[in-house]
Formats: sequence, structure tokens, C-alpha cells
Amino acid sequence: MTSDSRFDQQEFNDRLRTRTVGVRNEVIAGPVSDWTTDFSHAEPEWAADPYPIQDDLRQRCPIAHTERFGGAWLPTRYEDIAAIAYDTDRFSSRAIVVSNVRPPLELAPVGGVPPISSDPPFHHDARKLLLPAFTKSAVAHLEPETREFCHSLIDGLAGQDVVDAAHDYAQHIPTRVIARMLGFPPEDGPHFREFVESALEGVNLPPEERIPRMEKLFGYLLAQIRDHVDNPRDDLTTYLINAELYGSKLEPGHVAGTMSLLLIAGIDTTWSAIGASLWHLARTPADRERLVADPSLLPAAMEEFLRAYAPVTMARLVKEDMRWNGVDMKADDWVLLSFPAANRDPAQFDQAGEVVIDREVNRHAAFGLGIHRCVGSHLARMELRVALEVWLERFPNFSLADPAAVRWATGQVRGPRTLPLRIDRP
Amino acid sequence: MKVKIDPERCQGHGRCYDLAPGLFHDDEEGYGQVTGDGVVPPGEEHTARLAVSNCPERAIDIL
Ligand code: HEM
Ligand code: SF4
Repeated sequence: MTSDSRFDQQEFNDRLRTRTVGVRNEVIAGPVSDWTTDFSHAEPEWAADPYPIQDDLRQRCPIAHTERFGGAWLPTRYEDIAAIAYDTDRFSSRAIVVSNVRPPLELAPVGGVPPISSDPPFHHDARKLLLPAFTKSAVAHLEPETREFCHSLIDGLAGQDVVDAAHDYAQHIPTRVIARMLGFPPEDGPHFREFVESALEGVNLPPEERIPRMEKLFGYLLAQIRDHVDNPRDDLTTYLINAELYGSKLEPGHVAGTMSLLLIAGIDTTWSAIGASLWHLARTPADRERLVADPSLLPAAMEEFLRAYAPVTMARLVKEDMRWNGVDMKADDWVLLSFPAANRDPAQFDQAGEVVIDREVNRHAAFGLGIHRCVGSHLARMELRVALEVWLERFPNFSLADPAAVRWATGQVRGPRTLPLRIDRP
Repeated sequence: MKVKIDPERCQGHGRCYDLAPGLFHDDEEGYGQVTGDGVVPPGEEHTARLAVSNCPERAIDIL
């Protein structure tokens, strides 16, 4: 029997149920007819290569629209994307993953997964709870263990000429690190991948299929929480169970919501960044050779990979009907906040479409802009750097084994999910 | 030359203390802080400019 009544099964499930209701719209899927009026980030064409589409839209129709998802906008200029990220008065974070359900208004300003789903003023306080655990110096403690783990993954690939760098390397690194920070059993990793896919991919699946998947995730989290209530330990789960805001312990949905955010935001994103960097190096021997010869270039190169292959697109909901930069936005329209498109705007970056691994001026927005700046950015940078250092040290020579077999994730987090690389051993 | 961080704009991206650790450090929440009085020692001007030109929030000013 768990002593903390916030996490009694029945009570917790009842509260959870309220968050799965919302306003549904008709699902429209299938090939895009015109990217300016019918765009979709959930189709294979976008997943395979969104950059030419974004570049074309930026010139022809810088705020594109679609009737899909019940109505959504896609700005592609840095300036517009930054303006929306900073304008928390008119754009809400009540939902940040576009789907065919708009969560109920009453969910604001907390949202289902604070602080990413929160609006001011609540957002600030929910975010503040997390910041100390994610500073550069706090995450530095995890570096030796992360490095050792990367080496053990490479050891496991011994004897193979072709390896799947996304599936057998990149994926496992953030999974292991976040499980460690939350205090979850390391062998549960494969479940996390399933949770991530159900939260971020398949946004056009019917709610009848999506809801049970979310319930599975929250069922897992509740079991972990109850175990931590009974056996407190030095990790983020125990920290969140005991944390207080405004003089009382957090709402149970806040504890579980933040845990699910850390799990999902921590894994897919970093996995994508590591994979996309390796994909670039596999097909660009000149950059690979330069980095192998001079590892001190890695920090600058990493920022350039984050700019050019930014994995994360967020979303906002329009608060009220308004005319905004030449278009008529309606209350509850989605707005995709494409940091990848912002990062390739030639008005903001020289040689925006090219990867320049020693770029000196690089104000990229891969980790967002404004109050929601990625809490995990220092952790992600540590993981990405260590993952690339170890890979390049162990496998200085590699190339794409089968370019046609590379598969990219569909949806708002984009990175390679299948990445066969040929390893040339000396 | 002197550097200054606008705390209203800074969101703790940490590019400043990554690129110019002699001039900036983080506080316990990861926000950027100028070390000492912010006067850039001779020879560090380039590093200072590098931090300015990589801050995504344009929160650093050179005075
Ligand atoms: C390369 C890897 C990553 C990228 C590109 C990335 C990107 C982003 C972006 C763009 C946002 C802004 C969201 C918005 O404006 O609505 C964000 C927020 C967030 N990220 Fe990350 N992320 C990464 C890794 C991580 C990791 C490893 C964690 C933690 C385990 C994490 C935790 C968070 C949290 C908690 C927020 C919400 C912050 C807030 O709303 O105040 N992220 N991330
Ligand atoms: S780079 Fe800019 S936003 Fe980041 S910590 Fe430094 S001053 Fe703040």
C-alpha cells in the first residue's frame, strides 16, 4: 500500500481520464495536393526530405496553411518563428504536438506535461523546479558513465561490417541516460521506445488507438512513482514526488506529466541528433576526415549539425481570432513552430542550405527560443558530443551502406530511425 | 571592451559560458552570468565577440 494518497490507482486514473477528452476533428491523410494550402508533416514525402519543401514555401508562401488537423499554419521564416516563440500572450503551449484532438481549454495554463505544455505565469515555476538538475555542471557528472556506455555499445558491434547506427547505437544512449536520471530500471529501455513512438508518431491514428497507448505509458509511470514513494532514492522521480509549489506538493498529474515529458523529450530528440550527425558524416567524407584529424572542431561541428538537421518542431495553439502577419488565424488553429525551417532561412544565416562545420556565427534555434528553451539542452549536448567522440575514435572510416534504406521518422521529431553504415576496419 | 548580459532576454542556452569560459559562467539554474566586472582582458576580444554572435537570444551586449 502506497502511503502517498496522490498516487492511489483509482484516484490517479480518474484524474488522467479528464485529460484525454477534447475537441476532435475529421482526420485527413494521404498525399499532399499543394504544400501552400494542404501541407502535412505527417506524410512520407516530408519525412524523407522536408528542406526543399520548406525552402520553396519560404519564398512563395511564408505562412502556409492546411485544413488537415482541423486547421494549421506553417511559418518558415526565422523572423516569424521567433516572433511566435516569444509571443506567449497570443500563442498557447496547451498542446505542442499537432494531432486531431485539441485538449480542453481548462488544461491551460498547466497543460498535460508541464512545463512544455504550460503558459505563463505557471510555466516559470514549473520550469524552475527542473533547472538545477539540468545545468552544464550537473550533467557533467553523467559524462564518464555515458562514455563508458557508448564504448560498450561499440564493443557489441564487433565483427559486423554493416551496422544500423540509429537502431543499434544512437537510440540507446539517451534512453540509458534518462532512465538513470529518473531512476527507472535500465532494462526497461525497449518500452520507452514504444512510448516515444506512440506520443510523437502516428498522429493521424484514431483516438481509440492513441488513448490506450497513452494509458500504458501513464500506467508504467504510476508503477514507478509508487515504487519510489515506498523506496525513495536520489533521482528525479523521488525529487518530483517531494517537490513543492506554492506551499504544497505537486498535483499527481504534474508529477507524472513531467516524468513523461522528460522520458519522451529526452529520448527521441537526442537519438535523432546523433543519428543525423552520423548520417551527414557518412555521406560527406571531407567533413569526416577533417573531424577525425582535428577533434577540436567537434564542438563547432556539432552546433552546425544541430542547426542544419534540427530534430525538433514544436506547435502552439492560437488563442483568439486575429490577423497575424498577413494571414487570418482563428482561435484554436495549430501553428507549427519549425525550428528546422528557421535554421535554414537565408535571411538569418549565410550559406543557410550548406553544412559548414566550422561556422563561427551560429545563432541557431534547435533548442527553441524564449521561455521554453530546452531544459535538456546541456544534457543533449553532452550526449551528442560523447556519442560522436566515441564513434569517431572507434570507427574513423564509415560510409552509407545503402542510401535507399535510410528511414527517417515522420512527425515533429525528425531523425534517422534506420541507418545502415558500412564500417571500414583497418 | 566590456560584456553585459540582459537577464530579461537570457534563457540559459549557455553558448556564452561554452565558448568564452573565461568571461562567463552559469548560475545554479543555468542562466549566463558575467564573471567579475565584465571587462574583457586584452587578447580575449575575439572570444567575447564569438559569445555575442552565438547567443540565440541576442542577450549579450558589448559596451
Ligand atoms: C538534441 C536534442 C534535443 C533537442 C533538439 C530539443 C529541442 C527542444 C525544443 C525545441 C524545445 C522547446 C519547446 C517549445 O518551444 O515549445 C525543448 C523543450 C524541452 N526539452 Fe528538449 N530537446 C532535446 C533534448 C532534450 C533532453 C535530453 C531533455 C531532457 C531529458 C529535454 C527536455 C526538454 C524539456 C523539459 C523542455 C521543456 C522546457 C520548457 O517548456 O520550459 N530535451 N526541447
Ligand atoms: S548564450 Fe545567451 S541566452 Fe545563453 S546563457 Fe549566455 S547569455 Fe544567456
